[in-house]
Amino acid sequence: MRITQGTFSFLADLTDDQIRKQVEYALNNKWAVSVEFTDDPHPRNTFWEMWGLPMFDLQDAAGVMYEIDACRKAYPSHYVKVNAFDHNKGWETIRLSFIVQRPPHEPGFGLVRQEVRGRTVNYVVHSYATDKPEGERYTDGH
Amino acid sequence: MSDADVEQTPDADALTGIPDDTPVDLAGVFRDSQIQEVLDKLERELVGLKPIKTRIREIAALLLVDRVRKSLGLTSGPPSLHMCFTGNPGTGKTTVAMRMAEILHRLGYIRKCNLAAVTRDDLVGQYIGHTAPKTKEVLKRAMGGVLFIDEAYYLYRPENERDYGQESVEILLQVMENQREDLVVILAGYKDRMETFFQGNPGMSSRIAHHLDFPNYTADELIAIAKLMLEKQQYRLSPDAEKVFHEYLVRRMQMPNFANARSVRNALDRARLRQANRLFAQHQDTITKKDLVTIEAEDILASRVFGNNQPDSSQIADRE
Repeated sequence: MRITQGTFSFLADLTDDQIRKQVEYALNNKWAVSVEFTDDPHPRNTFWEMWGLPMFDLQDAAGVMYEIDACRKAYPSHYVKVNAFDHNKGWETIRLSFIVQRPPHEPGFGLVRQEVRGRTVNYVVHSYATDKPEGERYTDGH
Repeated sequence: MSDADVEQTPDADALTGIPDDTPVDLAGVFRDSQIQEVLDKLERELVGLKPIKTRIREIAALLLVDRVRKSLGLTSGPPSLHMCFTGNPGTGKTTVAMRMAEILHRLGYIRKCNLAAVTRDDLVGQYIGHTAPKTKEVLKRAMGGVLFIDEAYYLYRPENERDYGQESVEILLQVMENQREDLVVILAGYKDRMETFFQGNPGMSSRIAHHLDFPNYTADELIAIAKLMLEKQQYRLSPDAEKVFHEYLVRRMQMPNFANARSVRNALDRARLRQANRLFAQHQDTITKKDLVTIEAEDILASRVFGNNQPDSSQIADRE
């Protein structure tokens, strides 16, 4: 099951050229771009690992592409996303965030019905990938 | 040759498919690129420096021909434009480097008209593990434009084996090789020290395509430079002062610590001080605008270089 998180996630995966153009757009708006990765695809997992610090004062997308490539190399089957942070007053938040790499095979989510007191049922969205410990997920392509 | 060149296999069709006598409008492309404007500006604003101007013209021509070749479908690998500027103090290394970003941008070689000027302090860290992130951050900020490393020989300290400068040089080399289309690196420094630097880092020397040596200026060129500087500050030399200044330069060039254009700038600053003092001393006369903008011979003659009060040579070197 294809994870859809962030901008453009219902489109086909962006090519490197398209990523470069998006980053260029972010830089032109003076947003600070950062790269993050994770192997926990749950939609409520908002805190991904940071790949280095956010990059300030960049003039060109080449610096970001360099870090994206380095992150992809280090974590070839993790999710990698690019965030663009707007520091301007009134915003002070992420303005753009999109996935630039996903694992070759995404097993998706199962629905767990948890019986609790009375006839109440709690529903739990459980990612199959997280059955394995962190760092071992997606390693064999499943 | 890096992977980038290998991937770009020649398009066999272009070589055989297009007839050899296809006309090419090189002059038209040249006009459209407005390169002449850049070269004219360079000629106008920088005195002398023949070898440097020639090289810039060659680079411009190559980039242009490359563009035309591309339009015909012939291969055109971007040339390596890493440069090293060597020369005596005050010969214009930094000035030209600052211009280089604009020139290469106009020529369409770099994407951003952006020059990051750094020195050792910006690249090398203070403790283990500090250098690599620091260097990478600087490189990332410079990407798309020109990275100018002034006094680059400080990066390598042969007397200290554990100096972190070496680590910085290695990262630099890697990026210079793998991301040639993203970054142009310009190193600058005094000739003898840069030679020592390259001896310690032979890989660096061979990755730099253009080793440019900045010649010393002649006295006439220095006069021309002085006039340009004064023009910017809205001063001028009186005809007498010009002759005296020429004499001053000839004497000053023989002395130790002569720093070409930088010495000229210092000499002019001092002449302006004396001129102001002179105007102040003659306050009984009315002063005209002409007095305010003209530097007279006596303002220059008062210099220690003319040996009026016989200082020892070390004083001359320091205070001119």
